[in-house]
Amino acid sequence: MNATSNRHQVSIEADPTLPIIRMTRDFDATPAQLLRAHTDPELFARWVGPNGMETKILDWDATTGGRWRYVAARDGEEYGFHGCFHEVGEDRIVQTFTFDGQPDGVALETLWFEDLGDGRTRLHAQSLVDSFEGRDQWLASGMETGIDEGYAKLDALIAEL
Amino acid sequence: MAVDRLSRVFAALADPTRRDMVARLAVGDATVGELADPYDVSVQAVSKHIKVLTDAGLVSQSKDAQRRPCHLEAEVFDLMTKWIERYRQQAQQRYDRLDAVLAEMRGDEQSTKHPNLEQGAAS
Repeated sequence: MNATSNRHQVSIEADPTLPIIRMTRDFDATPAQLLRAHTDPELFARWVGPNGMETKILDWDATTGGRWRYVAARDGEEYGFHGCFHEVGEDRIVQTFTFDGQPDGVALETLWFEDLGDGRTRLHAQSLVDSFEGRDQWLASGMETGIDEGYAKLDALIAEL
Repeated sequence: MAVDRLSRVFAALADPTRRDMVARLAVGDATVGELADPYDVSVQAVSKHIKVLTDAGLVSQSKDAQRRPCHLEAEVFDLMTKWIERYRQQAQQRYDRLDAVLAEMRGDEQSTKHPNLEQGAAS
């Protein structure tokens, strides 16, 4: 892999009227390669993160009607996640997502791999949460795992509120 | 806690009437009576909505002035933007890792030339 290739940027949008988060991100890969990176448990565990955490796949059947379960672990701390694969197609994955710490919450995730040609693909990821509060918890959960130097300023700002 | 505070912001904005009120206040300060005008609801009902928005820190009401106009606290939205940016950066890190995995997959494919790599690894 090249030392520092040009990074494709994630664009993100939190819908103000629906509890939805939408993301798009381009990849130098074919839809088939992206699908494989999302459905092969060994490959998936290598990138899903978050940063600095090890992903352990406990259950994995990436087929329509299948299910998945994994934990992200660091220093004895474990965060579990599980869900079902509602549909696994050639260019589309529809699945549910639940954080074990919020067992009543469930998000419906739709991933779509748009073929841009020339070995490039645009990933569209949409997460529909069951309430605005649910989306809030969802976004806020990232804060707990992402306390890095760059975020210290935001932490201070929030603490003032 | 900060997260509770942010929960209140989102809960406050989950109601369509309150979102309308926020949109109205983005144009300029308004009294409770002025805010009640377009709706078929009592001033008391509007006051309740304003209280939710005030508790969430989205709206303030000046104590001294007789009209007590409601004022939108725009910096709360600024905070939400930063909050979303933080989420975006985590997604960015995740997909940068995916780039590395994909780059390795391309290398593997060139060296072994598997005819069918679509589905997950056997096991």
